[in-house]
Amino acid sequence: MFRPGKRLAAVTLVVGLAVAVAGCSSTGGKKAEENNNAAVAGGKANTPQITIAMVTHAAPGDTFWDIIRKGAQAAAAKDNVTLKYSSDPASANEANLIQSAIDSKVDGLAVTLPDPPALEPVVKKAIAAGIPVVAFNAGIGAYQSSGALSYFGSDESLAGKTGGKRASDDGFKHVLCVVQFQGQVQLEARCDGVKSTFTGGGYDKVYVNGSDLPSVRTTIAAKLKQDPSIDFVVTLGAPIALNAIDAVKDAGSKAKVGTFDFNPQIPPKIKAGDLQWAIDQQPYLQGYEAIDSLWLYKANGNILGGGQATLTGPYLVDKNNVDFVGKFAAQGTR
Amino acid sequence: MSQTVEVKPPPARDERIARRSPVARLLTRPEVGALLGAIVIYIVFFVVAPPFREPSSLSSVLYVSSTYGIPAVAVALLMIGGEFDLSAGVAVTSSALVASMFSYQFTANMWVGVVVSLVVALAIGFINGYLVVKTGIPSFLVTLGTFFMLRGLNLALTKQITGNVGTNDVSNIQGFASAQKVFASTFNIGGVSIRITLLWWILFVIIATWVLLRTHFGNWIFAVGGSAPSSRAVGVPVNKVKIGLFMAVGFMAWFTGMHILFAFNTVQSGIGIGNEFIYIVAAVVGGCLLTGGYGSVIGAAIGAFIFGMANQGIVYAGWNPDWFYFFLGALLLGAILLNNLVRKRAEAMR
Repeated sequence: MFRPGKRLAAVTLVVGLAVAVAGCSSTGGKKAEENNNAAVAGGKANTPQITIAMVTHAAPGDTFWDIIRKGAQAAAAKDNVTLKYSSDPASANEANLIQSAIDSKVDGLAVTLPDPPALEPVVKKAIAAGIPVVAFNAGIGAYQSSGALSYFGSDESLAGKTGGKRASDDGFKHVLCVVQFQGQVQLEARCDGVKSTFTGGGYDKVYVNGSDLPSVRTTIAAKLKQDPSIDFVVTLGAPIALNAIDAVKDAGSKAKVGTFDFNPQIPPKIKAGDLQWAIDQQPYLQGYEAIDSLWLYKANGNILGGGQATLTGPYLVDKNNVDFVGKFAAQGTR
Repeated sequence: MSQTVEVKPPPARDERIARRSPVARLLTRPEVGALLGAIVIYIVFFVVAPPFREPSSLSSVLYVSSTYGIPAVAVALLMIGGEFDLSAGVAVTSSALVASMFSYQFTANMWVGVVVSLVVALAIGFINGYLVVKTGIPSFLVTLGTFFMLRGLNLALTKQITGNVGTNDVSNIQGFASAQKVFASTFNIGGVSIRITLLWWILFVIIATWVLLRTHFGNWIFAVGGSAPSSRAVGVPVNKVKIGLFMAVGFMAWFTGMHILFAFNTVQSGIGIGNEFIYIVAAVVGGCLLTGGYGSVIGAAIGAFIFGMANQGIVYAGWNPDWFYFFLGALLLGAILLNNLVRKRAEAMR
């Protein structure tokens, strides 16, 4: 017969011993963490408490969306707002989440519009029900027709053009755009933007599987070997950029790397010269402004941007400004 | 195909123990079809993709293959034993997260985190196996449940503990360098850099093949996969074998997770989803039956190699990236069809 009891006890004992014997590390780890997580914190508004729902198309566990959410939480804490956050990458499900926010009679709605035809009808429903709506992050072309008050986010195509122009200015001749998820319009828009302003000559694109790091690294290396004339790699996400840096070394290539988006590991790489630049769209600001603008609208009837889109990016970080931005990125809020 | 021609067998021998020609015996091995598929795909890329011919390219193909192939070793054994594990892909990520966060939060030596993570990974395997044998619910459903639960735990616990969705930098913690040597180092042979996962992979394949073909436990695996009730009737400890196999998958997931951690230093909590499928594909392309009771570990290794080769080869060949998954699917389907054809021919030769 199988008796798990004894074995389990033995295993527990072994672990206990291992912990006791091996002891502690004198370097790194939590103890070495100097940052006391002093994220943005201020006083608290004395306006009546309201509830705002934030509905996004975030995939769970993505660093970028986590920063948006942190910004939203900071604004909510300051403005005496109860924040209800929900997300689903499939637009039909996102529409359902918006509908349930309407059903629960929230005081305001902050939504992303990655797929306007699927989401516009439900946004209009919310407005008809008397709920003010702002759009952020995605939907710069559709927020006005859907009736949303304002838009906070980056123009992906403009961001791409910024990257393409910078790569041409730096004298690169052949650029490779690395797409980590297939079929996402905003990622394609960035690559197309890069292509449209890149005057160096060659342009190529490669798809990698963003949820499998070893294959990301080797696929980029394979592409660099296949075409040795590539001298600049543009990635569309921070974790992919870190792999691209390794891939360039693996392939023995001379190519340089630049990226869209940001995470705490990016600034040290820019300082070390492994990464030329990162184009940030300031996700914290998007989340913060989405909530804060709804509060202003409720409390004082203000509309930020007067109904025009408020751009939070592209904001290019390179060697010149990395020290300033880097310390905030280390806290996980930039 | 029935034949009515009367053939008189030689009277001295029983036809059941008749000697078959060595060629026929070789062709009925489960992995031979996959091997032929691998050779065909290798030749295709060798011809169409000049960078593929370099030894360093073969080294990166083998590296990618090993990251799929190491978990596929245990997944193949489990499938021969008649069960599935859909949680293997995210269990890899869980192992990496546990080791990283434990060492970081307690400022403990990296090796302590590695051991704790091993215990957690084996426990995940044990729970999967225990639930399957005690409830009698198909493993497909049980591990589908644990797959989603682990996916949620990976995100929720990481967020709870670190405040972010990825782990912190652990590269300056004591023990990181030595653990990196074991799990994620690179060395040179004749100017070609080889990753250590390739050696581990080969070692695991040899051990698992030996266990499967030369030990009692190996016989038991085939028996419980063929028919659990009849194995039980002849005294095979069915439950022990199955739980053991699930724990073996846990072990391999742990090993792969350690590689990911020490090769990439920080771990995003959302990665690994979908890889469980690649492990199963490797095992099936390599000749394991979805119904259990038949298959080989060497076959699964060849299956992982085919997948890695197709994955990288398409890029080396510079084919239009929009068509990547189409080509990948077509190559896999081709390999499976060839495998099937060879096996049918071989069986007809009996």
